Amino acid sequence: MSENLPGTTPEKFHERRWKALGPSPMPSDDRGRMRAVVDNLVLHLHPAKVPASTLKWTYTWGLGGLAALLFFLLVLTGVFLEMNYTPSPERAYTDILALRTNVWFGDLLRNLHHWSANLLVVVAVLHLLRVFFTGSYRTPRETNWMVGVLLLLLVLAANFTGYLLPWDQLAFWAITVGTSIVNYVPLVGGFISRTLLGGPEVSAATLLNFYSLHISFIPISIVMLISLHFWRVRKDGSLTLPKGLKKAEEARVERLTTIPHLVRREAIWALAWLAILLAWAFFIPAPLEGIANPDVSPNPAKAPWYFMGIQELLLHFHPLVGAVIIPALALLGLLLLPFYDVNLESVGVYFRSYRGRYLSLLAFGSGILITPAWVVLDEFLLHWNRWLLSWPSLVTDGLIPFAVLALGILLMDEITKKRFRASLEERILFIFVFLLTALMVLTVIGVFFRGPGMSLYWPWDMPLHV
Amino acid sequence: MTEIVVDNVAKTSRRDFMKMLWLFLGGMVTLEFTGLTLAYMQPRLAEGEFGGVIDTGTVDEYPPGSVTHIPNGRFYLSRLEDGGFLAIYQRCTHLGCNVPWDQVQGKFICPCHNSQFTAKGDVLNPPAPRPMDLFPITIEGNQILVDTGVTIGRERIEVSAVVYA
Repeated sequence: MSENLPGTTPEKFHERRWKALGPSPMPSDDRGRMRAVVDNLVLHLHPAKVPASTLKWTYTWGLGGLAALLFFLLVLTGVFLEMNYTPSPERAYTDILALRTNVWFGDLLRNLHHWSANLLVVVAVLHLLRVFFTGSYRTPRETNWMVGVLLLLLVLAANFTGYLLPWDQLAFWAITVGTSIVNYVPLVGGFISRTLLGGPEVSAATLLNFYSLHISFIPISIVMLISLHFWRVRKDGSLTLPKGLKKAEEARVERLTTIPHLVRREAIWALAWLAILLAWAFFIPAPLEGIANPDVSPNPAKAPWYFMGIQELLLHFHPLVGAVIIPALALLGLLLLPFYDVNLESVGVYFRSYRGRYLSLLAFGSGILITPAWVVLDEFLLHWNRWLLSWPSLVTDGLIPFAVLALGILLMDEITKKRFRASLEERILFIFVFLLTALMVLTVIGVFFRGPGMSLYWPWDMPLHV
Repeated sequence: MTEIVVDNVAKTSRRDFMKMLWLFLGGMVTLEFTGLTLAYMQPRLAEGEFGGVIDTGTVDEYPPGSVTHIPNGRFYLSRLEDGGFLAIYQRCTHLGCNVPWDQVQGKFICPCHNSQFTAKGDVLNPPAPRPMDLFPITIEGNQILVDTGVTIGRERIEVSAVVYA
């Protein structure tokens, strides 16, 4: 008989309903209290206790947490922006103008979204570097490393699709140049480009495609992969422990409770960054140029800054090499790194060893010197295509410079091996730092040193936009 | 006595079969979903706009040796010295910038990376890797019709691409 069951009388039900809304009462016994703490929402994410050494600020730099905070902030500001935006060429730009002048805090929202998005690219890359330099991606963390690389790609995709939405000259031509790079992928490049653009060039269909991807597919994929990423962090035994260079004895691991030690640090970090971002968005407006004009290409036309490294490569290599082979090899190398760099001894040691630190500095220095020298040399002195006039440009502009590059890297590897007696992990470290520095230098050259006609200029001599 | 022969060596169990079935179905759903998404992103072209057939007027309007911009079709109608026509898509084959026709120098010069092309769209100066794309032309009577829905990519200049009245 149902009316006899406990807790189902109308009065009891009424009481229970209100109780369910408030906090559950603290259990009176010790064990019950402990359970209550363990069941806390925070502890869904974190273990109940964490090694004290992983709380060290200079070990993780709080980069993963900052990336998560930025993503959360982007979703929040993004939803408000969506409410004031129509993805059509007729309305998009005027909606952005209205956002800047007529919408309550609209300009702040837009700036916050813009700067958080750009900062997220930087922070995601730094997070990747932190994990690489401490060797924290080695067994059993290879899977999570690959998930992280995919997340970085999704962050870039989110940034790239968002770049078009203001529908100003900057957006229009950056996306034109960016999607044209895809055209150089053999066989499927044309199809991918046409599918992304919804036509042969950037148009109303492109705006709709990018908008839908930007507000649904990409963020949903990011949420799913972030969940996997967080879950795997715990599954793989949480963070790696920082180690000094003298790896004599494994120190006794002191553990602290997550609440308050870790949570308090996270809250302070998040609040500090919120304050910084608010001030940043308050004082520095997101760029906005004139309305998109499909008939007038600005000179120079540049891709978004995070793709300027590739655009700079395109000035020196045949498109197949510069836009496809080199980036594909780099991405493949990044994904497979933890399967070659496997020494568990140095996990948690920044830059592997004393020699590793020295070699990293050396690689950084060589990258800083060699890359600009090579750019200038290639711009003014090396003209393979004129010296070997009858040869196809894939050979003169593609294979020959690529072979020179590959030989140079092999040579440097030989030197680190023979001259410095570097171990495998230190050799990988050297090449990684060298290529990373080269990419950074190429990006800086592309963004700050390329003027009209993509010629080299000093930043202070840069002619104004034509 | 009849003997019951149990022969299950290297045979799929019912459980494994169901697992494989689920995997197959899941794979099919993923494929369908991907295909659907790609199909939805394909070009949606409207009649009469860029992407449709553009009427560019009569043959006599274009003197031989002239290059005329047709803004609503986003191409240049190039009439060669011998009277033949080419509809050259204004998009640079390097990175997609619009290439304006320079009347004084008599060539297309891309503002982005200084690629240069002849009045036939042939590459004079890299980084453009190949000649400019074309649109197919049909001449009905005296009327020039250009279909901007199809771009003709080409690796080198071919005489057969030129259309005569």
